[in-house]
Amino acid sequence: MLKGLFRSPSFAIGCAMFFGTLLIALFGPLVLRVDVEHRVGLAYMQPSARHWLGTDHLGIDMVSLLIKGLRASLYVGFLAGSVATVLGTLIGLYGGYKGGFIDDVLTSVTNLFLVIPTLIVLILLSSSLEEGRSLTLIALLIGCTTWTWTARAVRAQSSSLRTRDHVALARINGFGTGHIVLFHILPYLLSYIFMVFILQTASGILTEASISLLGLGPYDSISLGKILNEAIRNEALGDGAWWAFVPATLLVTVIAFSLYIINTSMESVFNPRLRR
Amino acid sequence: MTAAQVNVTAPILEVEKLRVHYLTRFGTRVQAVDDVSFQLREGEILGIAGESGCGKTTLVSGCMGLFIPPLYHSSGDVRILGQSIVGMSREQIRRDVLGRQIAMIPQGALNSLNPTRRIKDLATDMIVSHDDRAGKREIYERLRERFERIGLDAKRVLNAFPVELPAGTKQRVVIGISTLLNPKLVVADEPTSALDVSTQKSVIRLLFDLMDRGIISSMLFITHELPLLRHVSSSIAVMYAGEFVEYGSTEQVIFDGQQPYTRALMGSMLSAEPGQRGKKPVAIEGAPPDLKNVIVGCRFAERCPSVRPDCSQKQQQLRTVQLRQVRCQYA
Amino acid sequence: MTLKFEARDVSRVFGHGKKAKLAVDRVSFEIKDREIVSLVGQSGCGKTVLSKLLLRIDAPSSGELCFNGQPMARIADPRQHFRKVQAVFQDPFSAFNQFFTIRSQLESCFHLFEPKPSKAEIAERVDAALLNVNIKPREIDGKFPFELSGGQMQRMLLARIFIIRPEVLIADEPTSMVDACSRASILDYLMKLKTELSMTIVFVTHDVGLACYVSDTIFIMHQGQIVERGSPERVTGAPQSPITRQLLDDIPDVHRDWLERDVHRSAPAS
Repeated sequence: MLKGLFRSPSFAIGCAMFFGTLLIALFGPLVLRVDVEHRVGLAYMQPSARHWLGTDHLGIDMVSLLIKGLRASLYVGFLAGSVATVLGTLIGLYGGYKGGFIDDVLTSVTNLFLVIPTLIVLILLSSSLEEGRSLTLIALLIGCTTWTWTARAVRAQSSSLRTRDHVALARINGFGTGHIVLFHILPYLLSYIFMVFILQTASGILTEASISLLGLGPYDSISLGKILNEAIRNEALGDGAWWAFVPATLLVTVIAFSLYIINTSMESVFNPRLRR
Repeated sequence: MTAAQVNVTAPILEVEKLRVHYLTRFGTRVQAVDDVSFQLREGEILGIAGESGCGKTTLVSGCMGLFIPPLYHSSGDVRILGQSIVGMSREQIRRDVLGRQIAMIPQGALNSLNPTRRIKDLATDMIVSHDDRAGKREIYERLRERFERIGLDAKRVLNAFPVELPAGTKQRVVIGISTLLNPKLVVADEPTSALDVSTQKSVIRLLFDLMDRGIISSMLFITHELPLLRHVSSSIAVMYAGEFVEYGSTEQVIFDGQQPYTRALMGSMLSAEPGQRGKKPVAIEGAPPDLKNVIVGCRFAERCPSVRPDCSQKQQQLRTVQLRQVRCQYA
Repeated sequence: MTLKFEARDVSRVFGHGKKAKLAVDRVSFEIKDREIVSLVGQSGCGKTVLSKLLLRIDAPSSGELCFNGQPMARIADPRQHFRKVQAVFQDPFSAFNQFFTIRSQLESCFHLFEPKPSKAEIAERVDAALLNVNIKPREIDGKFPFELSGGQMQRMLLARIFIIRPEVLIADEPTSMVDACSRASILDYLMKLKTELSMTIVFVTHDVGLACYVSDTIFIMHQGQIVERGSPERVTGAPQSPITRQLLDDIPDVHRDWLERDVHRSAPAS
């Protein structure tokens, strides 16, 4: 089955794009000189041989800023994605298996969180936290407000698995809910949860970019969204300084897009009904 | 097929030494149908009996010319009214053969009705794809008349969605739609497996009714339930591991099977009839051979109760024994 | 004569209000010790739902169900019930978890026993059970369900029963997914369970012929009710209920007329 995955062109392209950006983020600082503290030139200097993407409004090297921003965005995406996946999976698994009253309660909670406009909550929380806004905190906030989609998806799967014979067999072996959910339901959903995790990560990256773009991003760190925010605030557009916002936008787009097509290609392999 | 190409004196379906294989995901070749030959004339009903995995559904696809990857035609010929359909493109087959000459009722057909469309729309699509001259009103009238003829409440059924109908009605609908163009041959693959015995009886009655009225003239009935064929077909071919192991009239095969597998299959049936109860069913160990590998000698040898030393060495051919064909050198 | 199961006006309803479906409709019956009873009926008659109530993986909506004289609703620890009532299922492949080895799944039966036997004893008892179903223990070492055939997997389900040794076995269509030639050997193992381990067996099947062959008593079910009960001879020989009569009439048996028509019989042109 995995062989089919590796032969899929969209999977290859997606992986290439994503791991490309990951490599830049991880090894960039080792290969290039990344310095976001010191001014290396005038504000909004054009790209040159020494500074491939010019400088920002403070005269700091753009490439360094982008690499730092990339690291931050990926970190937030992964952390938010992990938190959302874990929370959503736990709630979905338990509610789906138990059914009845517990399921009703958990579904109501999920629907409540679903209805709350995530972005607005994040904006409100972010703006009230002022100086405490670290990357980690933002990631946790995003994770704790975007798990609903995962919960619903996992719940549906868990609920349908509950009626399978091997679950009945585990019950007549005397096993309880915990054991059954962990060993007889979860393994069947692992590939699904992994795909969900990819989507949650992509969503986390985009959400962070959105709130940072609005100026509610991390206080002390640089993220891709923050770069865009700075570009807007300092009228880079009007000045024609495309290097201040185009690369950052491209990077966010590339990461999100690559994750999405990895997810789609995995879906067509893991879900045979989608194969032509 | 144009009128000039059709040969009306030829058998409706003629299969000659047909071999069909498929390729698994890993590229292994599985010879699902190996050297199958038979003829079906107008008015005949041939039953093909075999258990799951014997190749009967693959054979059905082959008979319809539907060699769609991973299924491939290895060798042999399939002729409909004298014309070979092996080389035809899918489009040609769909247009000229399917629906008009042969109608297929695939396994699980009642579950493959598009749930988002009404019955009348599904049926109209079927007609329009073969004959786009008729107008919508005309088509609806034809449908209504045909559905009434097969005992369905046409107005209610035609306007319903598949989920609203019980299994028995859905199977009747499938039969009704497949036979709208009065095909010469109906290929029914396990048409009654998912149905209760009572519903099964009424569906079989329907098929016979259609034959009586001349709407269909011959039938290929595939099933794993051999006793059913006793009441349905005039001749029976028993299939095992991709081959026909016995091919004769219904009476011969059911009551006087010569091939050990035929006998085992009949012997494993438990009857509720008085006088038959308490009869111990035949037990045969093992499982059918894996068709990924090339098999030398008789395919039933390792499970056969009357196996002899050279059974697994020599390739078994069909020979005539007591007026029917048997694939066993010691029958 | 001890009664294994006693049911009084047991019903099971699914859904509520207008969409409520009565899957089991006020059934009352008795199943005696060491009796083989078959629940026979077409799909939707309620036989599977009833079997799940007896197995106690589902509970009745109303009525009283007793096992060995005790009401089943009052059982505190489910393991207590499962030590005495076990089941084999229709599809041997979906009955096992595809992610764990067969052996580990057979060993997990011992979760029912307190105190749990030693590892050595567990291994020994699993081996002995495998031999009971004619499987050499070394043959399944390290193997996963998909590596075995349907017939072998069905025997794994039976091996569980030889390990646990319950008083009652609920067999839900144990031969319908097994190929025709292997059916008799599955029935043989079930008969072995009855004679060697004095088991009471409740068969669930739609095959009347099978029910006649194995049972002492047949319950014919239709739309959640038991419409007829009695010995195979009596039920098939002198059916009282019109539903039974219709059912017997509709079975395509080779030994009698079924469709009242003469299918044209001729030798094929070869």
